[in-house]
Amino acid sequence: MSAPLLSVTGVSKSFPGVKALDDVSFDVRPGTVHALCGENGAGKSTLMKIINGIYQPDTGTIRVRGDEVRIKNPIDARAHGIAMISQELNYIPDMSIAESFFLGRLPMKAGRVDWRFIRREARRLLAEEGLGFSINRRLGTLTVSEIQTLEIVRAVYHSADVLIMDEPTSAIAHKEVESLFAKIRDLRAQGKSIIYISHKMDEVFELADDISVLRDGTVVSTQPASDVTPAQVIAQMVGRDLDHQSYPKERIEIGDTVFKATGLSAEHMFEDIDLEIKAGEIVGLAGLIGAGRSEVVRAIFGLDKLDRGQIEIENVPVRIPHPKAAIAHGVAMLSEDRRLVGIVPELSIKKNATLASLKKVIRGGFARKREEERLVSDYFAKMNVKAPSTETRIANLSGGNQQKVLLARWLIADPKVMLLDEPTRGIDVGAKFEIYKIMTQLARQGRGILMISSELPELIGMCDRIYVMSAGRLTAELTRDQFSQETILKYAMNEIEVA
Amino acid sequence: MLSQLKRIDVSRYSIYVILLVVVVAASLLSENFLSSDNIFNVLRQVAVITILAYGAMTLIIGGMIDLSAGAVMAFSGVVSVMVYKSTSNMLIAVLAAVLVGVACNLVSAFLVASLRTPAFIVTLGMMLIARGAVLELTQGQNVLQLGDFVLIGQGNLGWLPIPVLILIVVTLVIWYLMNQTRYGRSVYAVGGNEEAARAAGIPVERVKYQAFLVNGVLVGIAGVIFMSRVNAGLPNAGVGYELQAITAPIIGGTSFSGGVGTVFGTLAGALIVGVLGNIMNLIGIGSYVQQIVMGAIIVVAVAYDVFSKRGKAKTTILKSDAKGETVPPSGGATAAPPGGARTAS
Repeated sequence: MSAPLLSVTGVSKSFPGVKALDDVSFDVRPGTVHALCGENGAGKSTLMKIINGIYQPDTGTIRVRGDEVRIKNPIDARAHGIAMISQELNYIPDMSIAESFFLGRLPMKAGRVDWRFIRREARRLLAEEGLGFSINRRLGTLTVSEIQTLEIVRAVYHSADVLIMDEPTSAIAHKEVESLFAKIRDLRAQGKSIIYISHKMDEVFELADDISVLRDGTVVSTQPASDVTPAQVIAQMVGRDLDHQSYPKERIEIGDTVFKATGLSAEHMFEDIDLEIKAGEIVGLAGLIGAGRSEVVRAIFGLDKLDRGQIEIENVPVRIPHPKAAIAHGVAMLSEDRRLVGIVPELSIKKNATLASLKKVIRGGFARKREEERLVSDYFAKMNVKAPSTETRIANLSGGNQQKVLLARWLIADPKVMLLDEPTRGIDVGAKFEIYKIMTQLARQGRGILMISSELPELIGMCDRIYVMSAGRLTAELTRDQFSQETILKYAMNEIEVA
Repeated sequence: MLSQLKRIDVSRYSIYVILLVVVVAASLLSENFLSSDNIFNVLRQVAVITILAYGAMTLIIGGMIDLSAGAVMAFSGVVSVMVYKSTSNMLIAVLAAVLVGVACNLVSAFLVASLRTPAFIVTLGMMLIARGAVLELTQGQNVLQLGDFVLIGQGNLGWLPIPVLILIVVTLVIWYLMNQTRYGRSVYAVGGNEEAARAAGIPVERVKYQAFLVNGVLVGIAGVIFMSRVNAGLPNAGVGYELQAITAPIIGGTSFSGGVGTVFGTLAGALIVGVLGNIMNLIGIGSYVQQIVMGAIIVVAVAYDVFSKRGKAKTTILKSDAKGETVPPSGGATAAPPGGARTAS
């Protein structure tokens, strides 16, 4: 076995009141993909931030190529050949591709930035990678996947040997994943090491040479990928056996139509969308990224404009010009973008949870603090939100727990129809399962649920019916007996020919 | 893994501790400081700025700002004075001041909320417009001989100076608005995350209008108190007041990025500034040096705020601002990495 490229030994890190990492050790061999698995809050992000120099460990050492190093900040990390390709990409939209390659280390010549060198190198890099962009192209005009590719190119150009990728596929389309994986394999062949963080077992097992599992701040196992099965890794992550293939789906009496949309259209987004949701029904909306699923849901909820189409709630036509009207009509929406359209980070769990129901907690001219606490702590306990109290700032929670609070926000508002856009994205396995259970309960209470998801097993496991969209149009409506990944994908990739 | 350790929460109350320290220091430095005459004098002086500061606080919490407060205060105060001179009716004069304040602020609100122009630019323009309007109205001349108009600024109700009484009432009303009403909750949510607030059914535009409306009323009231206190309608009054009004909430813990701030923090911030000014006067520090001191305080206050927030994410030192924060910062909770340390690099 070759000497490790990166070696973490006995690293511990505490935050006020919690030990985030406890005596963590693991080695990354050169020319390998090392997957790091663990539930949210297991300590993966903290560990990566320590390796990247954003946090300092309380104890423990980090060695690069056998030499002990102190990584005081990400600049140090880069100097040691460690680069982080982050989960939520940070970039400056108005910056050119050329400049972005040299951001933070612009080459100087005679006291001035050497633009000629920058342009020449950028052009060479793009050509070598077979990327057809102009070097003057603004980053803001590129897709997430393209920016990710450029980031990798930049990191490698600046001689990074260890690349940390945190959920790199969470925001890119299916076919882009293929080229990302090809790139990763290419890097591995060059002797680079990749630390790959992902919740998706299929990705992990497709790529990884080694797998380390973190749980509650400790490494519970490090093993060659060939020695374990996905089910074993998941069991290690959650510390209990959990058959991830089984969904808490129940047979529920389907009632009357609660929601009906006909001919929904918005220019350049989607056209002629008809949807129907019955009480107690969980309806899926499948499709590839860019098919217009989120756009439909946002427009129904009044966040974006509808050009045409009619919406009926319990057979009464309604107009929904803004979310306030949607909520008044009993429609709720959980956005795919939790941070942008979900949480108010500085507010407490409690205030976030009651934000859509202020009328219930502020009555007669005064805030009913006790009633608010009762209302929130009820869901807090039911949903198993992991936080010290309802007064904790929501920003301090993990993604899964934030999502539970946002679900609680809508349960307190008591809607008839819930539009859930990627409700389990970026959430660990245990929390996912809890969210499925909550969805089942909601259905049992007679609510209608529309769920957008890019994970087909989840749609197949949870839905009673699935609509499939492609290029802004509905291409299929499938019932449970017709469900299969192949069928859904077939319709999702089906481009409709306009007569 | 989540222990429920209760820690003594220092930073949450640190502003009041600092106020106490400043008051104690002031009483040691000058034996006159604690005399009731001097205390009321300080309160009378801070009343105008504090009332303006509540307006500034409201807007900053809501993610906006008002640079026109000083000019609009002068405008509304002078109009009030002129109305009083021609009607001799105090009620109408006060209403006129409030009307001017509200009108100017609703114009700003329209541009900010409905047309989505940045508040900084809009209120910068409004500052010039209001100042120009009041100078044109008076042709730059002070309006004098106000008769009983001075009662509001200089009179007492029993032993309590009327400006202090107004300040107390305004403080309670603003506290009520920010803590007990849907409007208050909405302001925090809009400033904290506008898109999320909208998606939770908060009428974002209306909330912005309301915040400017509150600010307009406060600026009008401040105008009346100011002119009454100096017993003249001064068209050049209040230059720089908008910045002092912003200083108080910032010292008092209001976050410049919106969504965070408290009424009593703002009051404490205004009092700290007022007491420091007073004690510097009492021990004979010149007004030029006073400006330097004030500037330094603002910078230190904000730097401390930023530093203590970063400390929360980076060290194990206890500097949390909510009870027992125990979850390791992940995602949105983390402070920005040090300069140039973009995680994308």
